[in-house]
Amino acid sequence: MAATTSPPADLSAALVLEPVASADWLVILPVAWCLAIGALLVMLRRKIDWHPPIAVLGLAGLVVIDILLLRHVLASGPVTMVMGRWLPPFGIAFTVDLTGALFALTASVVALAGCIYSLADINDSGRRYGFYPFLMLLMAGVSGAFLTGDIFNLYVWFEVLLISSFGLIVLGSEREQIDGAVKYGFLNLVATTLFLITTGYLYASFGTLNMADIARKSEGLAGTAPLMTLTALFVLAFGMKAAAFPVNFWLPASYHTPRVVVSALFAGLLTKVGIYALIRVTVMLLPAEREELSFVIALAGALTMLVGVFGALAQSDFRRMLGYLVVSGIGSILAGVAVGGPGGIGGAIFYALHSMLVMTALYLASGVAARLGGSFSLVSLAGLYRRHAGFAALSLMLAFAVSGLPPFSGFWPKVMLVKAALDIGAWWLAAVLLLTGFLTTVVTGRFFLLAYWRDAASGGGGSASATISPAAFLPVTALTVLALAIGLYPEPLLSVVQNAAAGLAEPSAYLNSVFPGGAP
Amino acid sequence: MEAWFALLVGIFFTVAVYLLLSKYIIRVLLGVAILGNAVNLLIFTGGRLTRGVPPVVPGDQDALVGPAANALPQALILTAIVISFSFFAFLLVLAWRAYEALQTDNTDEMRVAEPKDEPAPPLGY
Repeated sequence: MAATTSPPADLSAALVLEPVASADWLVILPVAWCLAIGALLVMLRRKIDWHPPIAVLGLAGLVVIDILLLRHVLASGPVTMVMGRWLPPFGIAFTVDLTGALFALTASVVALAGCIYSLADINDSGRRYGFYPFLMLLMAGVSGAFLTGDIFNLYVWFEVLLISSFGLIVLGSEREQIDGAVKYGFLNLVATTLFLITTGYLYASFGTLNMADIARKSEGLAGTAPLMTLTALFVLAFGMKAAAFPVNFWLPASYHTPRVVVSALFAGLLTKVGIYALIRVTVMLLPAEREELSFVIALAGALTMLVGVFGALAQSDFRRMLGYLVVSGIGSILAGVAVGGPGGIGGAIFYALHSMLVMTALYLASGVAARLGGSFSLVSLAGLYRRHAGFAALSLMLAFAVSGLPPFSGFWPKVMLVKAALDIGAWWLAAVLLLTGFLTTVVTGRFFLLAYWRDAASGGGGSASATISPAAFLPVTALTVLALAIGLYPEPLLSVVQNAAAGLAEPSAYLNSVFPGGAP
Repeated sequence: MEAWFALLVGIFFTVAVYLLLSKYIIRVLLGVAILGNAVNLLIFTGGRLTRGVPPVVPGDQDALVGPAANALPQALILTAIVISFSFFAFLLVLAWRAYEALQTDNTDEMRVAEPKDEPAPPLGY
């Protein structure tokens, strides 16, 4: 709002001279690191042989930074760093709580897996085109979105990751890719513009863009500001980014067109950024309005699950089937957001983390399967089990994980979500969750039957001598092992996720970290 | 004055949405360009309009004296202009490439990625 009154200037609040504690630099380091490596790769654009090792090392470094950040947050609660020491609510704040740190760490693991796979998938022309710089910029955008504590800054990171994803999706410039990119580009731009519109309204009614400041003021403004309008617009904008039901059509239209590794990264990172923003805004900033809208979100979630899984049943292309499974997973997360409470939000966060790992692994597996069998189509893909029994075992584990069967990572979040839904009496939502799990098992079971157990002679295609390079095999194995480990020993992650959900529902620690001296 | 600006923003959004609903990429592009301007005007109006008083602190003061124009929306709009301009440029090139590669700018006929006659998955084996 305009500066209508001017309180006496307190210069001591503006002139902060003591330096930031060195551990707090971890808050900004993931973004700065990715941007620096990306810039380095752009400078070395003629030495494309150097790109892969630098990018792999850079992303390995990012994983280490994110692990340290998570440890720091676990030890000392939410951490804030303010750009240029302009104190909030005026300066742009980066605030990391458990939710942000967990998402950032998972994203970096997924990106590292994708980067290793890309050694076998991206050829020289892709490298010359700038795959690795785009990847690093994408990670800068994703990390920034997970770590920022300012809503306009969140919009800027959305745009950073969107423009990098445009660069990645048209890599190769095939007709199919251009077709997919047109739909992806226009609809995502409309979604982020909707987000910007909502941010404009938010600023007009709150007079602040700092998330902690908004969370603090939202209760007091409930009677005067159009908070329901804001929440509905945010849900629509982030729902469109996350590919939730009525606005989900851009995802299956585009995700199967780019390179396998690009599809895998998009499936693991982009929709989940939308979901993260939705959780952050509805649960922490506007909790009362989320409660009011919960039935709408639950309905959208249930329909997203069903549309996704029925769409997957109707596909004969492996990657298009996976695109619909991504949509179906988004529905489960929305169900958790609608239910609310520690079980619902915790389940939603857990499911999102599981979905990032497993959907990326499945897309990478689709690339390996196509290399072994020579096709993405279920009509001709056959006999993979005989070609490579170890890979078939990995694929079966991933199929179990995505269907939510024990002992894999998909089981526990699903249990949390079903229990939370039953606890508030939403039996129909629990029923849809279980039905979706069952139908996903049918989808993946049929796929395994046709592609792996069917005799190759009846289908044909592919060369019997095709071998998988270790660069393609390693990330699939690593992600599957991770999914299995989380499924077998979920206790630590379960408690961290519940703490993260509690920190969102009761953000006093977050507020204290942004405003250490209480309200200014 | 905010009321007149609100009306203007509404007209911008109406035109943008009408164009975005078209099947033809070139009209959608025009819609995107107008949508970006509509949002910028919206943020500008949302920061409240104060005419003729720049937010400059006098030399002998530490803070603003009296009401002045709000500088923050202008910073936000500057960011948004840069972003929407770069996106518009990208989409313009993409639309041209799509026209070259697919020989159409009608979105109904862009069915390369999702072919109409794709076979159903096998029912048995």
